[in-house]
Amino acid sequence: MTILKETRGGITRRSILKASAALAGAGVVTKVTGFPAIAQEPVTLRYLSTAVNQSPAIAAKAGEDLGIKIEYIAVTTDDVAKRVITQPNSFDLVDTEYFALPKLLPSGNIMGLDASKITLSDKIASVIRNGTVNGKKVGLDGTAPTEVLYLPDEEATEFAGEETGFLTLIPTTYNADTLGIRPDLIDGEVSSWASLLDPKFKGKAATLNIPSIGIMDAAMAIEARGDMTYGDKGNMTREEIDKTIAVLIEAKRNGQFRAFWTDFNESVNLMASGEVVIQSMWSPAVTAVRTQGIECKYQPLKEGYRAWASGFGLPVAIGEREKDAAYEFINWFLSGWAGAHLAKQGYYTAVLETTKEAMEPYEWAYWFEGKAAEKDIMSPDGKLLEKAGATRDGGSYDERMGAVACWNAVMDENIYMIRKWNEFIAA
Amino acid sequence: MTQRLDAATQVGASNANKGVSSGARKRRTSWTPAWVPYAQAAPLALVFFLFFVLPLVATFVVSFWNYTEYSIEPAFVLSNYQDVFYGCFSGSSGLCTTFATYLSTLKFVAIVWAVTLFIGFTVAYFLAFHIRTLPMQIALFMVCTIPFWTSNVIRMISWIPLLGRNGLVNETLASIGLVDAPIEWLLYSDFAVALALVHLYTLFMVVPIFNSMMRIDRALIEAAYDAGASGWQTLTNVIIPLVKPGILIGSIFVVTIVTGDYLTIGIMGGQQIASVGKTIQTQINFLQFPIAAANAIVLLAVVLLTIWGMLRLVDIRKEL
Repeated sequence: MTILKETRGGITRRSILKASAALAGAGVVTKVTGFPAIAQEPVTLRYLSTAVNQSPAIAAKAGEDLGIKIEYIAVTTDDVAKRVITQPNSFDLVDTEYFALPKLLPSGNIMGLDASKITLSDKIASVIRNGTVNGKKVGLDGTAPTEVLYLPDEEATEFAGEETGFLTLIPTTYNADTLGIRPDLIDGEVSSWASLLDPKFKGKAATLNIPSIGIMDAAMAIEARGDMTYGDKGNMTREEIDKTIAVLIEAKRNGQFRAFWTDFNESVNLMASGEVVIQSMWSPAVTAVRTQGIECKYQPLKEGYRAWASGFGLPVAIGEREKDAAYEFINWFLSGWAGAHLAKQGYYTAVLETTKEAMEPYEWAYWFEGKAAEKDIMSPDGKLLEKAGATRDGGSYDERMGAVACWNAVMDENIYMIRKWNEFIAA
Repeated sequence: MTQRLDAATQVGASNANKGVSSGARKRRTSWTPAWVPYAQAAPLALVFFLFFVLPLVATFVVSFWNYTEYSIEPAFVLSNYQDVFYGCFSGSSGLCTTFATYLSTLKFVAIVWAVTLFIGFTVAYFLAFHIRTLPMQIALFMVCTIPFWTSNVIRMISWIPLLGRNGLVNETLASIGLVDAPIEWLLYSDFAVALALVHLYTLFMVVPIFNSMMRIDRALIEAAYDAGASGWQTLTNVIIPLVKPGILIGSIFVVTIVTGDYLTIGIMGGQQIASVGKTIQTQINFLQFPIAAANAIVLLAVVLLTIWGMLRLVDIRKEL
């Protein structure tokens, strides 16, 4: 201590303490005098979801229209579910996938939403509400939203199985996924999921390293190839899992795959760099590749699509003020602007009517009706997506959502499936 | 021997210089209560306890728990460990997932250890014996650390545009006519993983070896030279034995880091190559905390065993 005193000259610990105490005191004073009348601060909603769903423009617009501050918490698909279960106090609004619900709901951390407080709840797209498009039933393999949408009451931990006044999640976005391809690097047509495992694309194919989704894409491919048929691709038996993984391991050993991806951006890079010419892909990833000026097609396949849907849920622990704000935000979200914003990235939205109102007619015609674009199609941030004359891959909403074969799912044999998936990765 | 004697006299000398202050310290300890040193060590001990011991104990305990998809329940079951070693002792052909994963990790450990040791030793040797002035040594040493100013993920990812199918390396090779079709194994392969790991962790070898080399008394090398030893003999009989502690410390760094690494293996291997860390991550993502904990405990045991084995080779305490 003595040495310290000498070398530091006049500055001693005591004087530093004194000075910092004075500073702290000054801070307190300025705080009190600086903001004399504390008006009620704008309420902040901590919005938990994957990065794909978090548009800064939506947060900005919500702040403008509602005075609600949206604070994004961006994590990966799996982490959203993990966070809901392990840290239910760390968010006020969660945007998660319907397929996570069979895990989330029994944890008791998610609260039912009161449909009577959602102005447009009866206008939510029929594919979510009852699994139909234009009155026609779609494939319901896997965890179809309609099966997990309703709750008997606000604090239920089991699904109702019939239409009730309480909803688990209010849809934000949903879509029909298929394979993305690089038409400029592929000879001939791709028309079936079987192409994912076609040796023709040896070393140039990729799939997701998210077990629950990856195995379904594999199942689509295996079934398309005619190797086997599944009872329910979204809820396989152990034998089905074993066989599926065996096929995947064989393909991997034969060098079929260039890489696997877990993050949306990885799939964009794989495709844009030409490392991969065919892969499981998400719609906004295809859009992202195209905005780089690289040809990329979201190829419709004859077996149909693997669909997913994501929606807003409320944590049980939410405060009163935040709860009101969350309802207000959700109602605003369904009212048009946000939907149109997301639809211009290729997502489908909960309430089609309001989305249509908020879009230019030519945009609606391109994105939802499968018509050729009358004008250049721009992304929400003003980048050119498609030149006039282009049509959307897969056609109209009815054609795409109507051709859904299965939904993202969590299987009953999930634990076993993950063990087998790890075996595949290690093979 | 000379070196140690020398060091001892140096210490003696510096003590003599500080005679006054060390005298003051001695007097003070006599009236310091016995609990004071404990109190002084307490903050660090507390930090260690809270952030190291406690989580480790929790991990160990949880590895015996039961779990469902949305909950973990206190229990004492061995099923998680059985799951970790599922199929390992059944006598079926082919390795079980865990052994295959560890074998793959071991392969990278061996490759990366050998390469980083060679490069690290060479760089340290050059810095210690071929650069004459201390300022220059420090300057060049700083140059070695410059890559560490950016995140290791960025250093890793920067390889991708170089090694890709349409990357710089392939384009260069194609333009000078060395290859017709792009070389596929440059990226998303064992090669890419090993390359990135070597790139990331060579410095961990350089630093301790360089440190050990700087402590070598130059008179020893002169003596070896005078005694007629060739350059190679000096290297193998004088320098290498004396830098053993540095080599060992560097090896411990590299071996433990590579054993636990999953980011590099994931990114550079295109997620096609298994690693224990990735397995644990997948399990945690699916909320299977107990089996992830069991995996973590097994990994910890493997790493500790490795370090224990390495410490048996060289007695660091004696050599330092």
